[in-house]
Amino acid sequence: MASRTVMRPLRLSEVDHPSSLVMRFGLDEPLPLDCGVELAPFQIAYQTYGELNAQRSNAVLVCHALTGDQHVASRHPVTGTKGWWETMIGPGRPIDTNRFFVICSNVLGACMGTTGPASTNPATGKPWGLDFPMVTIRDMVRAQAKLIERLGIDSLFCVLGGSMGGMQVLQWAASYPERVFSALPIATAAKYSAQNIAFHEVGRQAVMADPDWRGGRYIEAGTRPGKGLGVARMAAHITYLSEQALHRKFGRNLQNREAPTFSFDADFQVESYLRHQGMSFVERFDANSYLYVTRAMDYFDLAADYGGVLANAFQDSKTRFCVVSFTSDWLFPTSDSRATVHALNATGGSVSFVEIATDRGHDAFLLDVPELFATTGGFIDAAARARKLPQAKVAEAKVPEAKLPEAKLPATSGVADRETPHLPQGMPEQAR
Amino acid sequence: MSAVLPAQADAATKRVDHLTVADMVEPGSRVLDVGCGDGALLQLLAERRNVDGRGIELSQAGVNECVASGLSVIQGDADTDLVAYPDDVFDYVILSQTLQATVAPRTVLEHMLRIGRRAIVSFPNFGHWRIRAHLAFRGRMPVTEALASAWYDTPNIHFCTIRDFVNLVEVINARMETAVALDQAGRPVRVNAPWWFWNIFGEQAVFLLRRK
Repeated sequence: MASRTVMRPLRLSEVDHPSSLVMRFGLDEPLPLDCGVELAPFQIAYQTYGELNAQRSNAVLVCHALTGDQHVASRHPVTGTKGWWETMIGPGRPIDTNRFFVICSNVLGACMGTTGPASTNPATGKPWGLDFPMVTIRDMVRAQAKLIERLGIDSLFCVLGGSMGGMQVLQWAASYPERVFSALPIATAAKYSAQNIAFHEVGRQAVMADPDWRGGRYIEAGTRPGKGLGVARMAAHITYLSEQALHRKFGRNLQNREAPTFSFDADFQVESYLRHQGMSFVERFDANSYLYVTRAMDYFDLAADYGGVLANAFQDSKTRFCVVSFTSDWLFPTSDSRATVHALNATGGSVSFVEIATDRGHDAFLLDVPELFATTGGFIDAAARARKLPQAKVAEAKVPEAKLPEAKLPATSGVADRETPHLPQGMPEQAR
Repeated sequence: MSAVLPAQADAATKRVDHLTVADMVEPGSRVLDVGCGDGALLQLLAERRNVDGRGIELSQAGVNECVASGLSVIQGDADTDLVAYPDDVFDYVILSQTLQATVAPRTVLEHMLRIGRRAIVSFPNFGHWRIRAHLAFRGRMPVTEALASAWYDTPNIHFCTIRDFVNLVEVINARMETAVALDQAGRPVRVNAPWWFWNIFGEQAVFLLRRK
């Protein structure tokens, strides 16, 4: 038996023994990975909300983004913040937990309870570190499919997610078309762009340049590469916003001072904000997981698995798709979503597509954007009718009005609405 | 060429041009409605003709309405998005009251006949006598009930008459299978009337075209 030799800090307390549900897969059920390794044993940490109906036809799988986790609509055990997508998922929300059985699992390679580089390697009794095999988006989806099977669900009513979550949605639709009734990929792409790989590489190099990274063995060394991971997060965070949003909220405003200090202190609000984002991130996320999961995104190119033709990935698919993009998203621009839509059109697939006008950048998928809820709510309701699921009760419908201009809404979350940039409120920061 | 009669009985509740289009569509076919608005025509075609319908619509509000009613509609533009569709994926591609708002009507029409085996086009007739009279006697760009915008803020940038459209059909080497002109009351103009008569008394026209 392996003995634990190091005390784990709070952020790693969830790694082997998460406070959510866990599904364990033994040595007899290895997970074949794209890199050729068969991973066994492994575990998947997940949360569920709502109730599975008798026909097992109302299950919804939510796929999380890069640094998200299974706590989609419940309090985060490490940070104590509310669920990262409570605007979308909950009673009376577009994904109504009164009607649907919602499942969200931590992805393979992450650090909130599903097996990843911070997990204990059963062969050594030590954290996997860089001995953990490289995982891909397809591997993540394979693992989810095993979980769904174990839960006794043959066909998911809907698979949805934004950003990296959207990549998993597309992979689900391609790998298991008969098991996905409807798919809602938001602010995502069927392949990860060169520019985005470049940003990821900057982040990974920052982590690995931190002396406390210790060649990936920092957990045993009792250190943590917080500076490197913080810088990685700061750089990545810029890509989640937009130039307009940064200008609107911070401009060139100074942080709690009347004049520049002529130093490298965080004079500007935008600096203070980014530093806060970096610092809070390292409290909840494992550096090696960041390396692995960003790498999985880099490798994602769905068409490459289908002879270079994306349409082939969706051949004969009966899945109903609704693709959503945001005008100011430069990480996953609308052209990426259009490529997916065109591929689906080419196969004669059932696809709807909306480009939502907002200046909030890639982050918009996590924020209070009424048009997003109107689109997704309408799509989900129509799909539920097609699947003969019970309809929403009018009294419960809390979907925000579609046609209100965004500027008039009482803004309660997101970078856009913060007065004190160093103390963000309600920011869905654990989600991307 | 023959003319068909629209289902007059529904005229009170449905748009006559929509009913005319519906009459032209074979039941159970695959249809793309370009510029589908709130999806009313696609709904009608689904109910009456049991079609497998898709739509393209420019406005986000229109797309949202369509998606909420269960239609498969993508936000897009006839001028830029038809090019991405492969050949022969639809039985009918419909352009309802949108031709005059496209940047390149000829290219749009050619794409429609490439993507679909047949194309159905409805458009307001700029040769209608009221419009002619408006221009002749008032000397100003016509503003009518059907064409309600002033010249400087109209989305309609490529008006044509029925005769002009027939000419375009010849230019792109397509075949007219059916043509219907509707007068102001939405009634079909006399079936055997000559073109010049249609071109004066038809307020709008609906054409069913196919590749030669």
